[in-house]
Amino acid sequence: MAKVLMIHPDKCTGCRNCELACSFEHEGQFRPGASRVQAYTWEREGMSVPMMCQQCDDAACVTVCPTGAMHRSNALANLVDWDAGTCIRCKMCTIACPFGNARYDAASSSIFKCDTCQGAPECVTFCPNGALEFVDDEQHVRSRKKAYAAKFKDAFQEVS
Amino acid sequence: MFGWTGTILRIDLTKGKVSREATDPQLARDYLGARGLGGHIVRSEVDPKTDALGADNKIVFAPGPLTGTFAPAAGRFDVVTKGPLNGVLAASNSGGTFGPELKYAGYDALIIEGKSAKPVYLWIKDDQVEIRDAAALWGHTTPDTTDLVRAETDEDAKVSCIGPAGEHLSLIANIMNEMHRAAGRTGVGAVMGSKNLKAVAVFGSGAVKVADPEGFKAAVMKARQMIQAHPVGGTGLRAYGTDVLVNILNQSGALPTRNFQDGYFPTADKTGGESLAAKQLIRPKGCFSCIISCGRVTKVDSPDYKGSGEGPEYETAWAFGADCGIDDLDAITKANYYCNEYGLDTISMGSTVACAMELFERGIITTEDTDGVQLTFGNTAAMVEMVHKTGKGEGFGAKLAQGSYRLAESYGHPEYSMTCKKQEMPAYDPRGVQGIGLNYATGNRGGCHVRGYTIAIEVLQNGAVMDPHVTDDKAGLGITFQDLTAALDSSGACLFATFGIGGAELTEMLAALTGVDYTLDEFMRIGERIWNQERLWNLTAGFTKADDALPQRLLTEPIKTGPSKGHVSRLDDMLPEYYELRGWDEEGVPTEAKLKELAL
Repeated sequence: MAKVLMIHPDKCTGCRNCELACSFEHEGQFRPGASRVQAYTWEREGMSVPMMCQQCDDAACVTVCPTGAMHRSNALANLVDWDAGTCIRCKMCTIACPFGNARYDAASSSIFKCDTCQGAPECVTFCPNGALEFVDDEQHVRSRKKAYAAKFKDAFQEVS
Repeated sequence: MFGWTGTILRIDLTKGKVSREATDPQLARDYLGARGLGGHIVRSEVDPKTDALGADNKIVFAPGPLTGTFAPAAGRFDVVTKGPLNGVLAASNSGGTFGPELKYAGYDALIIEGKSAKPVYLWIKDDQVEIRDAAALWGHTTPDTTDLVRAETDEDAKVSCIGPAGEHLSLIANIMNEMHRAAGRTGVGAVMGSKNLKAVAVFGSGAVKVADPEGFKAAVMKARQMIQAHPVGGTGLRAYGTDVLVNILNQSGALPTRNFQDGYFPTADKTGGESLAAKQLIRPKGCFSCIISCGRVTKVDSPDYKGSGEGPEYETAWAFGADCGIDDLDAITKANYYCNEYGLDTISMGSTVACAMELFERGIITTEDTDGVQLTFGNTAAMVEMVHKTGKGEGFGAKLAQGSYRLAESYGHPEYSMTCKKQEMPAYDPRGVQGIGLNYATGNRGGCHVRGYTIAIEVLQNGAVMDPHVTDDKAGLGITFQDLTAALDSSGACLFATFGIGGAELTEMLAALTGVDYTLDEFMRIGERIWNQERLWNLTAGFTKADDALPQRLLTEPIKTGPSKGHVSRLDDMLPEYYELRGWDEEGVPTEAKLKELAL
């Protein structure tokens, strides 16, 4: 069963535990600049939004990659993976991604994008708010849709 | 180094000079960071008798070793300086994300010394450091300053700044971080103002390194689980914020009311965390690496006090609420927003308004003093108006801006100032909870609850139970809390993590992170060393045993109504034992043997 990372900005508190867990898992140190997920906060509005690779089916980063380094994973469904060995660091993927979710890190000469920790995302483990979930791709919006429908239900109950 | 970055940044505003020095590994081991290491820097470099608002005072921004890691709720830093409100070795602690960013930029501490001839701000981007002109920022509120600085530096810069209150040297001015988190107490904002320093902006791209990654992760997972399983740390604070305490303290008869004239406020429930959650809460907010999320993103809809922002905390809801005889939560929250914008400490602000209200009701001051305002208890509009006046430093506000002690003293009645060492006491009545009174009286920065939060045992029964009305064993309890907190603050952790974990878990995380073979004994000894360091400095600054005191009212005027009716504080029953257990002489001076034992 294929899984996808689902974000819930309404539950995000802006604590950035996801960034810390990600950089620790991938780099063995705490460097938010090396995290594949970023949680941005707008203080005036009191809102925070986590952002990471959407693992697009029709991924621009894969299309533009001249060496095949950015590729759909054979091992895991719903994963766009990056191969350091074949990558020539042309950075085309970072230009092509409409979300800014593939970044080039000069310090490590790497492309930083979410690899879902190969199917066990640490950001999800460390999120204390339920703002990040790793869920079955068939079900992931069903629960959100039903939750919204429940609001309509409550409203109708009140007027009927 | 692991945990620490190994570098301290020094900026001389008089000479416009930037320099760097290595973090001394032995000092880092013995004082950790934040309050401890920052305190050591100030103790070594600032004359205790110097003018806190003079060019010779220094101000240190210091995170702890745990800051910047995923240790739960450990993203904090301290602002350490000679405090202008009362002259102590002051450390004002804040969450937010400024502390971690300073670590990522590469620094264990930022020392700012001297005084700029004109308004400036600092822009620290890793090893690039600039002192920039701040003429265009002067006069702006803290949110506007934050936006303006980001527009000139980096949209993701973390900004620590003062508002108008710090600029006009209000002794209750704070330093605001990312708009909503405060280094609130002891008037640290005025020190920035005195140096013509409007803001510090930081962006860091570096790392905090770990000595034993597997051991650290295991220790962190354990600590997280303990906090998440705790009814306060895991559930209560997220649901209701710190303001959940209003009803708990009122039901204990220890909610100071109308400037400590009473200890019970019948309509307090309207100002509590449950009411806040029902009326104003949008969502919980967490500081960096927080798993507790006590922060409140709030919105007020009522036309008179419409607005949005963060807060109030319990102390704020009390200071502008019960202490001013007010139960209008919308007005309280609005006053909180204004304090954040002007850069004012909400505890000292609210308590100073309460003091002014008592002076007014007693006829000591009149509308001639208050710019025509009927400053009676319960007058919500007057309370909010006083915050504006103080923030701007206009009219009667210029007097309020000096805090309640100087206000009351200027009219010949210092006894109506509810302060210890001239700093306003927070929201726990020492007549209803004996141990907290001892903690206020002996507090190294004056009236303060977060130096030795005995409430955790005396009221909240966190891990142990002690009757709030007895004085037995409270000296030992206070000392344990004071030492544990000094070490915890210095590690970079949040006090609220103790709703779940204790010194053992902090020690375990510190050891795995830094590679230093810390034990719980050494951790507690570090706390004791830091406490004594602050005590020594304060004694040299001129404080004596006579300053280990509570306002006379608390010793002689019993609480009039509620569950603690008839009680007074019995400080004198506890203080001699406290000195003895501390290893201090009868005058409250640390003995030679104690100093030697602590390597001070």
